[in-house]
Amino acid sequence: MSASKRSQSTGFEIFNRIFLFMAAAACLLPFIYVAIASITTPEELLVKKVVLIPSQVSFAAYQYIFSTKIIPQSLGVSVFITVFGTLINISMTALMAYPLSRKNLRGRRPLLLMVVFTMLFNGGMIPTYLVVSSLHLLNSFWALWLPTAISAFNLILMRNFFQEIPNELIEAVKIDGGNDWQILINVILPLSLPAIAAFSLFYAVGHWNSFFNAILYIKDADKWPIQVWLRQIVLLSSGGFSDASAMSEVEYIPSVTTQYAVIIFATVPVLMIYPFVQKYFAKGVLVGSVKG
Amino acid sequence: MSKPFGKTSTGILRDMKRDRLLYIMLIPGVLYFLIFKYLPMLGIVISFMDYMPFLGILNSKWVGIKHFVRFFTEPMFFRLFANTLILAFYNLVFFFPLPIILALLLNELSGKFFKRFIQTALYIPHFISWIVVVGISYTMLSPQNGIITEIIKAATGDTVNLLGNSNWFRPLITLQVIWKETGWGTIIFLAALAGVNVELYEAAVIDGANRWQQLVNITLPAIKPTIIVMLILRMGSFLDSGFEQVFLMQNPLNRNVSEVFDTYVYTSGLLNGQFSFSAAVGFFKSLISLILILSVNRAAKKMGEEGLY
Repeated sequence: MSASKRSQSTGFEIFNRIFLFMAAAACLLPFIYVAIASITTPEELLVKKVVLIPSQVSFAAYQYIFSTKIIPQSLGVSVFITVFGTLINISMTALMAYPLSRKNLRGRRPLLLMVVFTMLFNGGMIPTYLVVSSLHLLNSFWALWLPTAISAFNLILMRNFFQEIPNELIEAVKIDGGNDWQILINVILPLSLPAIAAFSLFYAVGHWNSFFNAILYIKDADKWPIQVWLRQIVLLSSGGFSDASAMSEVEYIPSVTTQYAVIIFATVPVLMIYPFVQKYFAKGVLVGSVKG
Repeated sequence: MSKPFGKTSTGILRDMKRDRLLYIMLIPGVLYFLIFKYLPMLGIVISFMDYMPFLGILNSKWVGIKHFVRFFTEPMFFRLFANTLILAFYNLVFFFPLPIILALLLNELSGKFFKRFIQTALYIPHFISWIVVVGISYTMLSPQNGIITEIIKAATGDTVNLLGNSNWFRPLITLQVIWKETGWGTIIFLAALAGVNVELYEAAVIDGANRWQQLVNITLPAIKPTIIVMLILRMGSFLDSGFEQVFLMQNPLNRNVSEVFDTYVYTSGLLNGQFSFSAAVGFFKSLISLILILSVNRAAKKMGEEGLY
């Protein structure tokens, strides 16, 4: 009886391992395929259609990208938007999360309600656009930074994280004559580095990946981030529908390897920081997000 | 110092003076929420006006519910509503249960290193932009040389164009969401699973309960509150239909199924300049979303669950 049960559960375990391995592979394979295709010669792609192992490695697509001037420039724009935007996000969020984490602050509840309500209801795209435009932020990077300066969700999570910090540590600073500013800088932030790291990643990925606000608010093409250019290249110049047939084969195929290479550029920076921050996810995100 | 407020008010004043630095810290955040969240809510009034950019809100003419009447009587209204609801139901039925199932499977995994590798791989798609996801889909499904098109061709002999086929729009959208968000969605359920008391399982094993019985009698009841909270949260964004994704996947060949509230607001409002009309459409959508989340929360509470608040 017990032997058969054990074999039944090892059977399940083997199935489970194989299934999860396949799920993980399904998440990774598209990137590997795109990476391989980006270093294949356009001619080989044209003839074989599908190439899993290129017979000849070619960096022509990458050379082409760097010869365009606009794509390296947009990469720089994306880095600038992301770094500066994340700094704004983290400082604004921490600055608001700390007072809201203090249980005896007068007016804490109405302030929290004000924040939570924005998660349930919003003015919508058009009124928000009109606010941004009436502040004369159109066509400036501030239009990408300010309207998304604080995520209500991240604010609540960060506040919950700050609340977990023992009150004795705060009282100790106060007894030594320290004020709330010093408490935030010297106690709260150093103790919250894992959370800060995780939130920085979330905010940074949000900036790096965002394209719609740029389409909406930025008119000058030389201020576009890489994601907007990727949209132009992939969807407009050689989309998978009827427009593409109007283009000649010769013109179309090289642009396919270019598409692959731009996809890689738009993805790799995120994949590069991700492993360093991944270990903080559990600490940073989960504290407070699950009800006890 | 005589004060008309009485004793508690002076207590408040004293507390506020004590915490004045905290209030100063709150200023930037509160300003942010007022300007970029609450001012647009006030801006909804333009849906009751004929808003002209050069006149501004103060001088534009009030027209009552003209734009709402126009929207509700347009044939487009039903199509938008249906498209949005169908996408939302696809999402709820085919996507929502998957992170729970995947979390349960991950929770059964032994072997720390293997588990970490699997989790790392599963989380990655969440951090990829929708443009990259859509870009990869376009290149793989392209009728010219997409790898999936070639596989289908090898199997059936037909060259299919799934991107230009409106019957495939909803399945493709749902598959993309499943690929991108299932792994990341497990995080919250894994945390809930980690909180389940191990002694319950030990006791169940002694009583002779098998894996399935443990799942039904211990695990699922333990993570039920988390499932319900996630379900309520999903209701709040039920009508959002993943705007960026739908916007990118939309093309002239699938517009009859891909036009949803948000894309319609964008095209009619910002591209065609009908600010007031599309603000009305957006307001209608936000209102329905608010009603949805409040009523689901209330229903959950009636059934004895914790709910959101």
